[in-house]
Amino acid sequence: MGEPGTKEPLTLEELEASAGVRTGRKHILSILVENKPGVLTRISGLFARRGFNIDTLAVGPTDDESLSRITLTLDGAMHPIDQVTKQLHKLVNVIKIRDLEPADTVARELALFKISADGASRGEVMQVVEIFRGKIIDVTRRSVIVEVTGTWEKVEAFERMVRPFGLVEMARTGEIAISRGRGET
Amino acid sequence: MMRAVDAVMECLKAEGVDVVFGYPGGANLPTYDAFVDAGIRHILVRHEAGGGHAAEGYAKASGKVGVVFATSGPGATNIVTPLTDAMMDSVPLVAFTGQVRTDLLGTDGFQEADTFGITMPIVKHSFMIQHPAEIPRVVHEAFHIARTGRPGPVLIDMPVDLTRAEIDYEPVGDVRLPGYQPTTEGNSKQIRLAAKALANARRPVIYAGGGVISAGASAALTELATSDRFPVTCTLMGLGAFPAPHPQWLGMLGMHGTRSANYAMDEADLIVAIGARFDDRITGKLSEFAPRAKFIHIDIDPAEISKNVPAHIPIVGDAKNILQRLVTEYRATGADSARLAEWWERIERWRAQHPLRYEDTTDTEIKPQYLIEALYEATGGEAIVASDVGQHQMWTAQYFHFNKPRRWINSGGLGTMGFGLPAGMGAAVARPDVPTIVVTGDGSIQMNTQELATCAEHRIPVKVFIANNGYLGMVRQWQELFWDKRYSQVDMGQFPDFVKLAEAYGATGIRLTDKTTLVADVKAALETEGPVVVDVRVTREENTYPMIPAGAAAREMVG
Repeated sequence: MGEPGTKEPLTLEELEASAGVRTGRKHILSILVENKPGVLTRISGLFARRGFNIDTLAVGPTDDESLSRITLTLDGAMHPIDQVTKQLHKLVNVIKIRDLEPADTVARELALFKISADGASRGEVMQVVEIFRGKIIDVTRRSVIVEVTGTWEKVEAFERMVRPFGLVEMARTGEIAISRGRGET
Repeated sequence: MMRAVDAVMECLKAEGVDVVFGYPGGANLPTYDAFVDAGIRHILVRHEAGGGHAAEGYAKASGKVGVVFATSGPGATNIVTPLTDAMMDSVPLVAFTGQVRTDLLGTDGFQEADTFGITMPIVKHSFMIQHPAEIPRVVHEAFHIARTGRPGPVLIDMPVDLTRAEIDYEPVGDVRLPGYQPTTEGNSKQIRLAAKALANARRPVIYAGGGVISAGASAALTELATSDRFPVTCTLMGLGAFPAPHPQWLGMLGMHGTRSANYAMDEADLIVAIGARFDDRITGKLSEFAPRAKFIHIDIDPAEISKNVPAHIPIVGDAKNILQRLVTEYRATGADSARLAEWWERIERWRAQHPLRYEDTTDTEIKPQYLIEALYEATGGEAIVASDVGQHQMWTAQYFHFNKPRRWINSGGLGTMGFGLPAGMGAAVARPDVPTIVVTGDGSIQMNTQELATCAEHRIPVKVFIANNGYLGMVRQWQELFWDKRYSQVDMGQFPDFVKLAEAYGATGIRLTDKTTLVADVKAALETEGPVVVDVRVTREENTYPMIPAGAAAREMVG
């Protein structure tokens, strides 16, 4: 089509709108924010107000003490991600946002599972833990607590496997992520 | 060393602030002590909401940042409405609120409210002072954020004990906001692409919003429009951005816009949106909005691009800069104006068939539309017009032709009744060289009448015209049209007596009931010194037409 700088005319039929598209996949946003009071409220408030749903959210310090990193995941089938990131960018305390490419990203989540494991089932539970490279970090006669790290999908899979044994409770951190290679996230 | 509050005054002066609006209270006593010697004009309003709207009116009329002061708790909650209004209409505002002592924070202390939390969703940014030494920097950052990029309100919450502290004051020369870098330069490739698209469009329309006025881009807009024969329509917020009346002027678009403007949008093949945000009052039914059009969208706020309507050529940046470059690029295309002849024939046909009209009375009764025409005639269009919200607002937008930016001051996005009088007051303070009139209704005026006392005290010469029909007219109209005329809580009776009320406040009160002498009577009111309230008795049940019913398409305009 008529590139800028050429004499070639531009027919309107050639124009295509690109924004507002739903990608249909999970997105991990890595958001670098100023470490100031109210920043998390601003972000969660923005999501609530604009009707965006956060799937997971993890906040922690970075190598620079004036900055924090917020990693949040959301569903690209539900939300136009460009609108989410543009609204986030309007927050004065938000320094940088990366919509991480799944292929170029290492993402991990930590989860703790309390599972019933008395006599008969204990061996089987331990086998599943082994397969998922989890760690048993507490044990009583009737239950074990297991630590599992991995991608969101791996933790989900572990949950599915152990649920039949009797899942007493579970706590998950939500994914944190960093980009592969030498460059900064 | 100086008190932090004295440093606030120094910062205000450095920012060029010469007048502020406000109201003192326990938690901002130190600030008010500093005002005694600061040499900054402070206008004591009668309600903090009035102060907030006055600061808005001041900002809209002058293009400068409006400033409002309020105390903690109820003082702060009273400015929630003006802050929201300023957020919706992108008005540069800095609000200073007092807060309880830091040792009382979080204890439900007297007049404590979580102002920072309450206002978070309705401000462009806010600061909670943690240490007195940061106050000067914060004040300058607040002004910078309020006035740059897409303008908006910024709040500074100041615990009273911190404001009394002594600090080392050094003038602040720069601001450091790593997370705030608005894009101002439009992308050259995109601008060239837009010029090429315009050169090929056969049915183009320019759709301009309030952003054109904020950017000071009115002259550039006119230049673009007249670089060919591009038809122009403006949103409610954009009126005055293009000099009306003008051969290329289609009138306002949207719910109560002209048929020519709405039909042109409906049939356009290319729409150039400039500083406008495709509000539901503009688009009507989104899926049927401008179905044949491609969109060039110019806006300083990237989040507005493709928010409601996908843009084909987005250009993020300052409208003035972009429009000036777009004019140059467009001229370089050497496009032939003749291609627009057919389009203009069609538009002219709509104009001839569907001019704005109303049925005038044959006796002395005053139609509200005629009141606006009389105001236009009496002022020769040379006035700042502040309006409240409702039918009178739409009639003013339709029948008063704004030929300059910053002359039309109204609450568009939030639709705040009670905005008109204080905003007009602020505008009159900002521009004493231009007469300021307030057009309001008998409903709206009662939401901030107390500011008549402020006007009287400071001899702020606003001329307030109340289109008095004894009804909450717009709600009544909707009940008539869409709720089987089951009128519910819209009849206000003939209360109060506005002439007596005006006199009680120390303003002049006038009542007008006769159409035949209206223009002369309006002129006489305008020539009366000081604040004047004119109670104009108008037709009780008059509807605002034409109208796109809510959620309908432009094609379905009625009336």
